[in-house]
Amino acid sequence: MEALLNPSTAHAPDKSALRTWGPLALVLVLIALPLLPLPDFWIIQLNYVGIYTLPVLGLVLLTGVGGLTSFGQAAFVGIGAYTTAYLTVNTGLSPWVTLFIGMALTGISAAIIGAITLRMSGHYLPLATIAWALSLYYLMGNLEALGKYDGILGVKGLTVFGFEIGQQRMFYAVVWIFALLAAFAVIRLLDSRSGRAIRALAGGSQMAEAMGVNTLRFKIGIFVLAALFASVSGWLFAHFQRTVNPSPFGLKMGIEYLFMAVLGGAAHVWGAIAGAGVVKQLEDQLQVLLPKLIGTAGSYELIVFGIMIVLVLKYLPDGLWAFVDRRLPRPRRAVDWRDAGDLPARARPAAGEVVLDVRAIRKTFGGLVAVNDISFQTRAGQIVGLIGPNGAGKSTTFNLITGVLGLSGGAVSFRGEAIGGLGARQIAQRGVSRTFQHVKMVADMTVLENVALGAHLRGRKGAVAAMLRIDRAEERALFREAERQLQRVGMGDYLHELAGNLAMGQQRLLEIARALCADPALLLLDEPAAGLRHKEKEALGKVLRQLRGEGMSILLVEHDMGLVMDICDHIVVMEFGTHLMEGTPAEVQASDKVRAAYLGTEH
Amino acid sequence: MDLSIASILTLDGLTNGAIYALLGMGIVLVFTVTRVIFIPQGEFVAYGALTLAIFQTGKTPGTVWLLLILAGVAALMDLVTTWRHNGSAAAGLKAALRTLAAPAVICAISAWAGPRNLPIGVQALLTVFIVTAFGPLVYRVAYQSLAGASSLVLLIVSVGVHFAMTGLGLLFFGAEGFRNPPFWDERMALGPLNVSGQALIIFGMSAALIVLLYLFFERSLYGKALRATAVNRLGARLMGISTQAAGQLTFAMAALIGALSGLLIGPTTTVFYDSGFLIGLKGFVAGVIAGLASYPGALVGALAVGVIESFGSFWASSFKEVIVFTIILPVLLWRSLKSGHSDEEH
Repeated sequence: MEALLNPSTAHAPDKSALRTWGPLALVLVLIALPLLPLPDFWIIQLNYVGIYTLPVLGLVLLTGVGGLTSFGQAAFVGIGAYTTAYLTVNTGLSPWVTLFIGMALTGISAAIIGAITLRMSGHYLPLATIAWALSLYYLMGNLEALGKYDGILGVKGLTVFGFEIGQQRMFYAVVWIFALLAAFAVIRLLDSRSGRAIRALAGGSQMAEAMGVNTLRFKIGIFVLAALFASVSGWLFAHFQRTVNPSPFGLKMGIEYLFMAVLGGAAHVWGAIAGAGVVKQLEDQLQVLLPKLIGTAGSYELIVFGIMIVLVLKYLPDGLWAFVDRRLPRPRRAVDWRDAGDLPARARPAAGEVVLDVRAIRKTFGGLVAVNDISFQTRAGQIVGLIGPNGAGKSTTFNLITGVLGLSGGAVSFRGEAIGGLGARQIAQRGVSRTFQHVKMVADMTVLENVALGAHLRGRKGAVAAMLRIDRAEERALFREAERQLQRVGMGDYLHELAGNLAMGQQRLLEIARALCADPALLLLDEPAAGLRHKEKEALGKVLRQLRGEGMSILLVEHDMGLVMDICDHIVVMEFGTHLMEGTPAEVQASDKVRAAYLGTEH
Repeated sequence: MDLSIASILTLDGLTNGAIYALLGMGIVLVFTVTRVIFIPQGEFVAYGALTLAIFQTGKTPGTVWLLLILAGVAALMDLVTTWRHNGSAAAGLKAALRTLAAPAVICAISAWAGPRNLPIGVQALLTVFIVTAFGPLVYRVAYQSLAGASSLVLLIVSVGVHFAMTGLGLLFFGAEGFRNPPFWDERMALGPLNVSGQALIIFGMSAALIVLLYLFFERSLYGKALRATAVNRLGARLMGISTQAAGQLTFAMAALIGALSGLLIGPTTTVFYDSGFLIGLKGFVAGVIAGLASYPGALVGALAVGVIESFGSFWASSFKEVIVFTIILPVLLWRSLKSGHSDEEH
């Protein structure tokens, strides 16, 4: 809390330096380890940790960040391992070729499973991956060509230019180069245009879609990326063990990967390494200790793992890495975008042009008519208020216009184009931007990053560009726009604050800035003044008037009559889903019908 | 393949399918009320079959001690939470005793009955009591305090519970598999078919349970209250429905279904400590076919899974699991095309 009130405490730079230099220190330690006279046993252990880190990193992206999960990562490891084992043994192809063949096969399977399951709600993916992991396990165990349950023996080790890499120190280097490359790729990805879209996925798709994010594509994307990491891990595994058989690729291992991610800290990239290391050690120790205690051999470590999974989720839901993460304040993003270029902007509608034309729209839920033949228009440079008592159907009308709900009847056109029946994303693409009655934002991103999400459609750099860091010019332009919009709504002092720390009124302003970032021609605000203090309301009114002056068309649902009467040019009043009346604020205020609707009539 | 083989395979498939139907319904039941994807449903099947098997050998099954331990843990948790909540140790002790009482009685009777080689009917009844008692305790210990968590977290908890229960099954039953004697050792000719008494019991039991579940949810006030909890937890609580009680009852029903399935499947196949998982997952495939929402759907799906499995094992026996678990993909594809767009979880 203190840090919140006083964001620039004197000690902050020292500690955040740890965050900056920590990864470098880790790399140095990893380089130093094999140079030390450690026994080979430890190097081999570390090789396993590195091999396990890769699929766990995928789960960090998928589960910790994206809010999806998979129990089938071990199966993807299996595809990578079997592909290289089979091809190098039977066709003599170089492992450096089969790596890519394995990745292609894994990627295709993941894309198919993802495309099938990710359209539906979140729990179908894990269920599908369980089924997938089981069928693949039995397939590997029963195919003659893959050596049935004995697997494929005699897989060769890796060589570079004829030089044997072996299983110890040289292999260590290969494993950890891959693991660190993957770790840095994920870190870079998460700090990019695509990354912000991915981080918005876990909160439900509604907000992300309204910002123009193709949530299905990103979900499939992170699932495929996670599978590719797993595939590389399998390739390493095959050439490390020199033999493959189905057992390390079964469902049990798939669950263990998830355990590693959860224990390490599913939302933290470095948690993946921590989790992989701790679980590997724990498993080794338990596999020796428990059979001794119990007196017979068996995989009793399952009991401990199972109980630990439940305990960790209960008492340590952010995992082990959270202890480290909590102690290190985040460094502020360096402000390097002040002289960045402009983002492309769309042509503004001419003053007075009809921007939004709503004709007799209707929404029925079963027998209930929530919105009953509502019609109105919004012109460029006009603020239209949509008011009515609670339950009048204002929010439903909003959702119909923005494509969150499908129309039961009627038509909506935006700048002359029919948009009824389009999805939220397509409507956003055409220049309609909105805020939400219940604020939807990514609480663990900064205000600036949240607002930059609004400009998603104005950038085009993808995930690969982000990993290669060739997206920085566009990133600067996006942040410049985000900062500009934040300053416009009076939030210029909060750029680097975590969105989750904001007060309600500030969260609403963040949503408005985010909507403005999309360069809309029509802005739909769902109760923007709720929770705002008097001064903030005045400031909001000023911002909205200024936007109107620039030719923006605004549709406002609001209960604060002071604000509505003050800034609206035209007001539509709804009651019980029907159109009660419309007119200027003065006409509405004078209307007996409106008064009766709000306060009831005397009989 | 001629008609007689086909009809034998169909009958075989439908018999197994009836059991998958029960499990599928247990899974749908738990999911609709608590949003928990109950992966460990199958573990109760193994526990049921093996508990009876150990009774048959004239010993006290290890599940009895496991139940006692679990009840102890749950009672301790109740003691602490009630104490903290009410500030009174007496209230805490009372809550703990309430949790402990029923399992303790069941354990005492079972421990007494263990070495006495009672008739199989009595042993089966005890088995049902023991395994059913696990349900609410598992909910209490693993899920209750996480009831508000996302269904993703609950799913991962389920996986943890599955791990723990499988490992504990190994610890308390050992790695050896058991095959129970049939309850009704009769075979009768029905045209070209030779129907076993056991198959008839399976069909009868499944049908009876399905009807009971239907009546419970459609006709009884308590069943409707459970459905209300499924739709809106907060709303149900405001209406005076305890979500905790609803969760515990649901898990008891799931465990009961698992125990009965275990008793039914025990004589038809050898059951190992980890066999329950695959059997339960086939129930899952059935549940997914039903969209985790419809009981009749789960029934149809389960019978289909049973028949596909039985024909699969005839044509390509080593690939039967591959076939069964791969059909989930086309089913999901069909579901996703039907549903069109994703439903929001918030």
